[in-house]
Amino acid sequence: MAKAAETPPDTLLDKDTALRLFRMMALIRRFEERTEEQYTRARIGGYCHLAIGEEASTVGAIDALEPGDCLYASYRDHGTALAVGSEPVAVMAELFGKETGVAHGRGGSMHLMDVQRRFFGGWGIVGAHLPIATGTALALSYRDLPNAVLCQFGDGAVETGSFHEALNLAGVWDLPIVFQIINNQYGMGTSVEQSSAEPDLWRRAAAYRMHGERIDGNDVLAVREATARLMGIARRERRPALLETITYRFRGHSVADAGKVYRSAEEIESWRKRDPITRFGLHCSERGLLEQDEIDQVWSDVAAEVKSAIDEALGAAFPDPDTLYEHVYGDSAWREQFSRMRAGAPFGERGEERTWQT
Amino acid sequence: MADLTYREALRRALDDELARDPDVFLMGEEIGRFEGSYKVTAGLWQKYGPERVRETPISEEGFVGAGIGAAMMGLRPVVEIMTINFILVAMDQVINHAAKIRYMFGGAVGVPMVIRTPGGAGAQLTAQHSQSLEAWFAGCPGIKVVAPASVADAYGMLKTAIRDDDPVLFCENLVMYNVTGTMPDDPDYTVPLGRAAVVREGSDLTLVAHSYTVQRALRVADTMSRDGIEIEVVDLRSLRPLDAETVAESVRKTSRALIAEEGWSTYGVGAELAARIHRLCFDDLDAPVERVGGAEVPMPYSKPLELAALPLESKIEAAARGLLAESGIA
Repeated sequence: MAKAAETPPDTLLDKDTALRLFRMMALIRRFEERTEEQYTRARIGGYCHLAIGEEASTVGAIDALEPGDCLYASYRDHGTALAVGSEPVAVMAELFGKETGVAHGRGGSMHLMDVQRRFFGGWGIVGAHLPIATGTALALSYRDLPNAVLCQFGDGAVETGSFHEALNLAGVWDLPIVFQIINNQYGMGTSVEQSSAEPDLWRRAAAYRMHGERIDGNDVLAVREATARLMGIARRERRPALLETITYRFRGHSVADAGKVYRSAEEIESWRKRDPITRFGLHCSERGLLEQDEIDQVWSDVAAEVKSAIDEALGAAFPDPDTLYEHVYGDSAWREQFSRMRAGAPFGERGEERTWQT
Repeated sequence: MADLTYREALRRALDDELARDPDVFLMGEEIGRFEGSYKVTAGLWQKYGPERVRETPISEEGFVGAGIGAAMMGLRPVVEIMTINFILVAMDQVINHAAKIRYMFGGAVGVPMVIRTPGGAGAQLTAQHSQSLEAWFAGCPGIKVVAPASVADAYGMLKTAIRDDDPVLFCENLVMYNVTGTMPDDPDYTVPLGRAAVVREGSDLTLVAHSYTVQRALRVADTMSRDGIEIEVVDLRSLRPLDAETVAESVRKTSRALIAEEGWSTYGVGAELAARIHRLCFDDLDAPVERVGGAEVPMPYSKPLELAALPLESKIEAAARGLLAESGIA
């Protein structure tokens, strides 16, 4: 039965994998730091949730996906998009609200997605994407496909009713899905201990007779190993699982939150000492997998990549306001269906030419 | 032409679509072995099996969400919510998710899902089981909301809704389930969304309704015809997309408009249509637009109170006669 795992098993790690994991975590770190800066320069609007500190939980899990697997994430999704392989320039363009963004400027920070790579979004209502991800697992099962869904969410989502409903459905229907709690220990400023009558969140799995497991979410190899193992079981045996990865966000809930009033400087500092990227770099250099100059080279490469993403995204065009009504509906008959609804509609909804400034 | 009940017409549409398209599947509480709380799905579980007629726990948020996630993969789930009152616990999935997904993901993925659910009152089901909430949904871009009022439309519109690539809220009616009507013999019969129907021609007043209220409207028209007053009845059929043109054409002919609905008229279908008629028919009207709906109270249990709360024929007729009197007729 489920138990909290202790030390993760020794994973055989080759140089290419080490470089790939390190590079992706570094790319996300650099991308998020520059995103914060772009926000303060008012190039990014709305909400903006950074995942600095959580890179191992994201990258380790996504690296364990196989072609055809599907991924869902919360609104803290910039790193998720990068980890699935979306182009940094397309992600930054989305944050800038540009037509070349991953959602053509319709979604913004919280609604990144890349359907070609089976990344089904970034979702803005806490917990609500769990039933949707469960439905995608149902579709895989219905079509008898050999894949599974990885559904990531924060610790706050565990307290929603949809968490319960989704895990129960996945359990009674034997669906191929792994629910990953990226436990950064705070839902905005409310701690897990304040929110949860059972702060060992992984133990919730027992209520659904589901495998539950807690691992160190700042250890990219442990996350990768556990995700690969549980996704393997989901794919082969149609058994869902709950994986809790313990991590920490170094920044506030969003860029509007300094993240300091509800937690101590000592606490933040203690987690900085467990920085997942520094830690993995050390792991790799100690084992002779990455030399210091290679690590330095990665940092300089990702800095250049993010800089060029910003430069290119800045130069991209904003969406044309004439496309405002595109994608509300998609059925081939929708224009015909709605053709008689313009009559007597509110001003601006009658198909008038826009004579007012926007 | 065969006579069927509204319930049987819906069942036949589901059966036809399940047979036609392997991506179509049904999901909902008690729709399998129990045959559906209102027996719409009777026999389908036996015919198509538990994968295609999927029984769910009492988890509306969960299984509406699951329908969305399956639809995003290209399946065509037809989700039954036992009555429209229960959809409120899944409101977030309908409004924040189903209606938004295509747009906020830039058109990359759609939600070809149907939610079937009956509304309506009249059987002493009281406050939490008697509502007509379709207007709440019809105000939201991204979903389509239809409410067939005849046996043929129940069949033809459900098939169209299932084939539609966008999320459709398909509003049925508890009282209508046992109503009998004629069904076209054509197995390919479908009804387009967004097209109202003039179901009775008249020259003195346009009476607009949807769902079961259309039946009441027709009875009012028959009654008043005996006094020489000819009412034109427009069945909206579809609330979003809304066919405002057919309504306006009728009002231009009759110069008077009354909108009847079972839901609350304040901020309701009547409010929306009154605004449109005012704009479209300003110079044609001989009287202000009138609205009649359910009494604006939570539905009471006691029979005399329930009858007082319903927009019965007598209340619709009184509203119609008042409107005619205002413009110097009757």
